[in-house]
Amino acid sequence: MINNDPIIELQGLYTRFGSHVIHKNINLNIYQGEILSLVGGSGSGKTTLLRQMLSLEIPAQGSVKILGHSTYDCDLELLRSLRNRSGVLFQQGALFSALNVYDNIALPMRELHCLTEEMIRDLVMLKLDMVEVEAQHVNKMPAELSGGMIKRVALARALALDPEVLFLDEPTAGLDPPLSESFIKLIQTLRKELTLTIIMVTHDLDTLAALSTRVAVLADQSLVAVGELADIIKIDHPFIKEFFLGERGRNVLRNVLTLP
Amino acid sequence: MLPSNHIDDTSPWYQITVEQNISCIKLTGSYTLAALDQQLQKVGAKLTHFATQSDLHWDLTSIQQMDHAGAVLIWRAWKMHRPANLLIRPEHERLFTHLEKARPAPKPVRRDILWPILTLGRRFFLFWDHLTGIITLLGQVLLNVLYLVKHPNQIPLREISANLFRTGAQALSITALVGFLIGIVLSYLSSEQLHSYGADMFIINILGMSIVRELGPMLAAILVAGRSGSSMTAQLGVMRVTEELDALTVMGIPHSLRLVLPKIIGLGIAMPLVVLWTSAIALLGGILAADLQIGLNYKYALSNLPDAVPVANLWIGMGKGVVCGMAIALIACHFGLRIKPNTESLGEGTTNSVVTSITAVILIDAIFAVIFSNVGLKIRS
Repeated sequence: MINNDPIIELQGLYTRFGSHVIHKNINLNIYQGEILSLVGGSGSGKTTLLRQMLSLEIPAQGSVKILGHSTYDCDLELLRSLRNRSGVLFQQGALFSALNVYDNIALPMRELHCLTEEMIRDLVMLKLDMVEVEAQHVNKMPAELSGGMIKRVALARALALDPEVLFLDEPTAGLDPPLSESFIKLIQTLRKELTLTIIMVTHDLDTLAALSTRVAVLADQSLVAVGELADIIKIDHPFIKEFFLGERGRNVLRNVLTLP
Repeated sequence: MLPSNHIDDTSPWYQITVEQNISCIKLTGSYTLAALDQQLQKVGAKLTHFATQSDLHWDLTSIQQMDHAGAVLIWRAWKMHRPANLLIRPEHERLFTHLEKARPAPKPVRRDILWPILTLGRRFFLFWDHLTGIITLLGQVLLNVLYLVKHPNQIPLREISANLFRTGAQALSITALVGFLIGIVLSYLSSEQLHSYGADMFIINILGMSIVRELGPMLAAILVAGRSGSSMTAQLGVMRVTEELDALTVMGIPHSLRLVLPKIIGLGIAMPLVVLWTSAIALLGGILAADLQIGLNYKYALSNLPDAVPVANLWIGMGKGVVCGMAIALIACHFGLRIKPNTESLGEGTTNSVVTSITAVILIDAIFAVIFSNVGLKIRS
């Protein structure tokens, strides 16, 4: 069932905040089954680009197509169905603090109005099982959970409707190394079991090296490079040199690649 | 198609074939949430119906795509165990292995039979907790005042003036509007009544006494409690959520000195001034309405006002302003500092703060009424 139409298509994106230009002419295609990482310095507009793909923000110019439909001028019904086909893991989890773990995951399923409560119960337990959260936590409120647990529950909620596209905003930020390693493993397993396309914003080289099939580098207000990690590090650009081939970068990448 | 095969039942989701006395159900199409959508219940009911035939062979190899929702649908149709004869692709097999392992959801915690008593007890302890909390905060602020008397160069003047501006100057327009309208309403209603008794000139007494002594301070206090009290609570609450309060603590700056004290002093200064302003505008509105309604000359009204309202009432009104202002700020800060870092607590804290401070304002008014029952009232014998 793999076809070559892009799942997400960005065309000629321009973003301005007042007179401050963030993005200039961004073009990017994301295909089915890949894990694309967006990297870039602080303030380079990675998160803004992600929010534009989710149509939470509208760029000054350009278009975003998700699953073949333009999101900025389509009707609400279509946008809603497109949104049901994508899941988002926000940086802080964004769990609803008024609802417990169970209801947080059940909420998007209940909103569909086509599942019975028994099916929802099975599905919630299945999702929680997938992200390795034990059943004893289902009645807890988000305020009672640790950071790692919040991320896991938030991931379970992002996967609630079996999405085709998954957006991850800094999936391992704020997790300690063992936790972030297990989180990476979790995402790898999920990708094997479900047909997922993942778009991820990250600062963490470990996450990036372990997960991504392609990397897009945002610098100087545009995408300076898109491609596999091995090809990216050969490109001569000050940001790429600093980010991937600094001391820390070398240490991480030495394990996965042969460095220039 | 061979003659021995005959198609029993078809649908986009399944095909039933009978071959050599073996009936077989072949599931087809995409068993995904997006594809099933509104058909889900119907398909589920059909499959459940077929699953009751124990000798039915299930063929799941023709399913194009299956996700968790599809798997759960089929699993529930099977009543949580696999049928005896099953053909399945390995990638779908994994989904069912997950389902077999999945634990049942724990039951939500039942309510205790004693819950009314428990709730009442909890409420009482919560009330007690708030009361001691407010008294502790007040004590801390008083200690800070003593400290500042000894170290006058550390008085947070900038914060006090900022609070004065925010709670006083920026509240002038709304209190003026409400005061003016209440003045008009009061005058409009009572002047007609008085006119029918020929007691027109007593409108000045009624307006003067009620507005200067009661309505002005109460209107101002309730408006300020809703406007500034809620914003103070929310501000402190957001500072808790963003860990700014903790940042202050680790810098060794006490919350009570930098955040609470300037608010209490600021509102303590601003409130009597807002009271004065509200009373003046309300009187203006009242006199204007009386002029239009019963032709009472405004010059006559203004010159008779000091006679009708002893000046003590003005001081009582402003005194209420000082006490109410400080109480509102204290209560707002108390609830603000108790907010926990989540959104629900923020909303709840702000609501509690406003409700409590309005109740406190009315209580303070009642206490003033009892204490000063012999002051400023001209009772003609």
